[in-house]
Amino acid sequence: MRSDMMAGSRPYDLKRYPGFGFMAAVCLGLLYLPLFVLVFFSFNERRSVSNWSEFSLDWYAKALANDAIRQAATNSFLVATVATIAATVLATAAALATTRVQRFRGLTACYAVINSPLMVPEIVTAVALLSFLSLIGLELGVGNVMIAHTVFCVPFAYLPIRARLHGMDTTLEQAAADLYADPVQTFRHVTLPMLMPGIIAGAALAFVISLDDFIITQMVASAGATTLPVYIYSQVRMGVTPEVNAVSSMLLGVSIVFVSMAVLLRKKETA
Amino acid sequence: MNAALSQTPPEAVGTAIELRSVTKVFGTGSAESVTALDEVSLAIRDNEFFTLLGPSGCGKTTLLRLLAGFEQVTRGDILLFGDDVAGLPPHKRPINTVFQHYALFPHMTVAENVAFGLRMLRRDKAEIGRTVESMLTLVKMPDLGERKSSQLSGGQQQRVALARALANHPRVLLLDEPLSALDLKLRQEMRLELKTLQRETGITFIFVTHDQEEALTMSDRIAVLRAGRIQQVGTPDVIYEHPANPFVANFMGETNLLPAVIGAAERDMVRCHLEGGAEILARPVGDNAAGSRITLSLRPERIVLSADSGSGLTGRITDCLYRGTDTSYRVTLENGPELLVYEQNVADRGNGMSVGNSVRVLIAPGAARILAG
Amino acid sequence: MAERHDAADRATWIDRFSSLPSARRSLILLSPAFALIGAFGIAPLGLILVYSFLVPGTYGGVVWEFSFGAYIQFLFERDIFDGTLAFSSSYLQIGARSVILAGLAVVGCLLIGFPTAYFIATRSPGIRNILIFLVTVPFWTNLLVRTFSMMLILRDQGPLNSILMGIGITEQPLSLLYTDFAIGLGLLYSFLPFMVLPIYASLERIDFRLVEAAYDLYANRWRVLQRILIPLSLPGIAGGCFLVFIPSLSSFLAPDLLGGGKHLMIGNLIAQQFGTARNWPFGSAAAMILLSLVLIALMIYARQAARRDQDAV
Repeated sequence: MRSDMMAGSRPYDLKRYPGFGFMAAVCLGLLYLPLFVLVFFSFNERRSVSNWSEFSLDWYAKALANDAIRQAATNSFLVATVATIAATVLATAAALATTRVQRFRGLTACYAVINSPLMVPEIVTAVALLSFLSLIGLELGVGNVMIAHTVFCVPFAYLPIRARLHGMDTTLEQAAADLYADPVQTFRHVTLPMLMPGIIAGAALAFVISLDDFIITQMVASAGATTLPVYIYSQVRMGVTPEVNAVSSMLLGVSIVFVSMAVLLRKKETA
Repeated sequence: MNAALSQTPPEAVGTAIELRSVTKVFGTGSAESVTALDEVSLAIRDNEFFTLLGPSGCGKTTLLRLLAGFEQVTRGDILLFGDDVAGLPPHKRPINTVFQHYALFPHMTVAENVAFGLRMLRRDKAEIGRTVESMLTLVKMPDLGERKSSQLSGGQQQRVALARALANHPRVLLLDEPLSALDLKLRQEMRLELKTLQRETGITFIFVTHDQEEALTMSDRIAVLRAGRIQQVGTPDVIYEHPANPFVANFMGETNLLPAVIGAAERDMVRCHLEGGAEILARPVGDNAAGSRITLSLRPERIVLSADSGSGLTGRITDCLYRGTDTSYRVTLENGPELLVYEQNVADRGNGMSVGNSVRVLIAPGAARILAG
Repeated sequence: MAERHDAADRATWIDRFSSLPSARRSLILLSPAFALIGAFGIAPLGLILVYSFLVPGTYGGVVWEFSFGAYIQFLFERDIFDGTLAFSSSYLQIGARSVILAGLAVVGCLLIGFPTAYFIATRSPGIRNILIFLVTVPFWTNLLVRTFSMMLILRDQGPLNSILMGIGITEQPLSLLYTDFAIGLGLLYSFLPFMVLPIYASLERIDFRLVEAAYDLYANRWRVLQRILIPLSLPGIAGGCFLVFIPSLSSFLAPDLLGGGKHLMIGNLIAQQFGTARNWPFGSAAAMILLSLVLIALMIYARQAARRDQDAV
């Protein structure tokens, strides 16, 4: 008992649990090793994705020259851009409605409706939309995909904007009104600039979510409306090539840039 | 709109703001409705430094928000230079506010903050530039216009908030506990500056505070509020020396509140019998019929203690606290209640004034005030 | 002149808007989002609820005829020759596999996620931010690409088999891909950040003086973990389990790519019915069952969270 209490050559660190550091390493290894392998072999000169030969950018060049990939990439960015703008505008209005007014009955229900695309499993949303669009006979090609993406992007844009509005002092808006700003001027000169980090973070997340979506797009997209994830999926089913690695790596890169942007903005906001 | 407001009828000249039976109820109709202001009537003169004083929750901030237009009255009227302001939104009132935590726009520079109101009024650019400069000079911050407001100290933010409000040349300036966020030294300095600024600009200042010392040192007149009702309106010395009721007496610094019964009249004074038999002479207020029960307010600094034998009441010191400039004693009267007494610490004091000693307690005729109720 | 007219119009429009009661203003601001989500988010769910009670059309689609057939099909198989119903467990097995694999993913995520979250929470602020950022990035990156990269790892010629053969554990490459193990690992890998982040959020809030107090009162490491750290981070643990369980249960990509489409989960079953199998009512019924499972899990979670909040007060 006594010797146990006094034992230990290194200082007794109250916070340390043996093995927890190892588990953290396992966790990060598990998360990143597959991605490293993916990116690594995208630079392989040979066609193999398991035997390294020589560094090369050939597969990127091939991918960028591929018409199907270019078409899919164009669609992806077009859809993501439109969905992001639409979802951000809708989400901003909704966030203003649920924070900048007196509390009203049914507010919780409003949150539930706005966030419902987060709660329903993607595969369920996908088949439901497929059924619904074929029932009403809406055939807008890429337009269908845009509508579908806007729906599930709204809650992703909404959450950071609402969080920002919650943290914002209403006295600033009152100060503006006190200084002769009418409601529109108050919104333009005070509310909107203050809200901007939240809006940009929300838009960045919406963009990433739209860019990454596969299941819903797969179900909703018609032949000409293929996006990058849908293209990658079809290629993966046919066989693994470094070209797919290259496209995937590029998509990964774009996602990481946008996520970093959202994270940095959020950090700046809390600092 | 300024022109419209300046067409005031002759009888209203000299009155900046008039409140007629103003009542404000929050959560009307619901079970938790709160009456923040109850039938408040008040006239605030032009060019006056007027203070709304009261404990937190007394309704003083609500009153300010009604004047600024952030809240609407439930009943009653608010007249600004004779015109009813009901339905006039905040951005159409010639009133500006210095907010409690300043509410400076964090995404703008100091100069942009000060210019904001004038820009909203679409004033001429050159004029705005001149005004901003002169305002920053006025608040002693001439070279800090390009700073972001988040880079300023508390005292500097306070000054910018003042400059931002004054830049619009409002007819009335509302100040919501503007000094509460500053440390003691700075607060005392700003009191003087605010007072000077008010005198120089001639703008009506309506100042909200819960600090009675602040109210006494700065105001031309004070309104004491409690639970949504006005207790007393008057100049600082009247409020302090002639409190209208026990609440005001107690709120304006320390006092001994003593229940008493009116006795016989003696020249221009009346005898007041304390519980236990001790007597104090006080000036009558209204008709103090013999036998009626009243409360006396006796300020601790108006009582003199003496270790010598002689006339006066007798008491025993039960407690003694040294406080630097003075000493605070608790003295239990031989035939009466316990009193709080402040004695200045002058060189030859302190002999025979320790706990347990018997002392004479001298109360000059008229030192105690008779309070209604 | 025209410009002036516009300005006046704008002023009246805005005045009218800002003079509306606040609830009405909210409603106006909310209506575009509500209309979109209502039409393309909620109405389609109603539609497949209806579809789940209809009869499948021969070439996909539905025949408007009321039937419980889709739901009956889960438990019984209709004999092609005499038309009698016989109990069949094949769809039930898919449901059970989904629940078991999702449960295993939760356990695995918890075993790796809690120590990781604790390790991160006890670092210095600078390192903590970097580590949290590293966990956050996969949270938002493309799930298809991530699943695909896991395929590369598990392939017969992949790096994992190379290592295993290199150190002589096995002579022949192990068939790791297209197994239940691959699906489970894929789910674990896909949703690990969902476990780490909420647990980290609650561990980070813990006042470590409580840990000191426990040591002061003769608790050892294990007792501190058991009596202090785990109870105080319970909201994060519950949140993490919920966030891993839901997408695992309804996962499509992991069983599809890593299970090779042979080991179905409920998500693949649904997709199949709307794809090659062309049985929309059955797919809709499967979707409704999945949605019900998710909503039940959500309700259990919400109730538990509410109870914890109440206890905390």
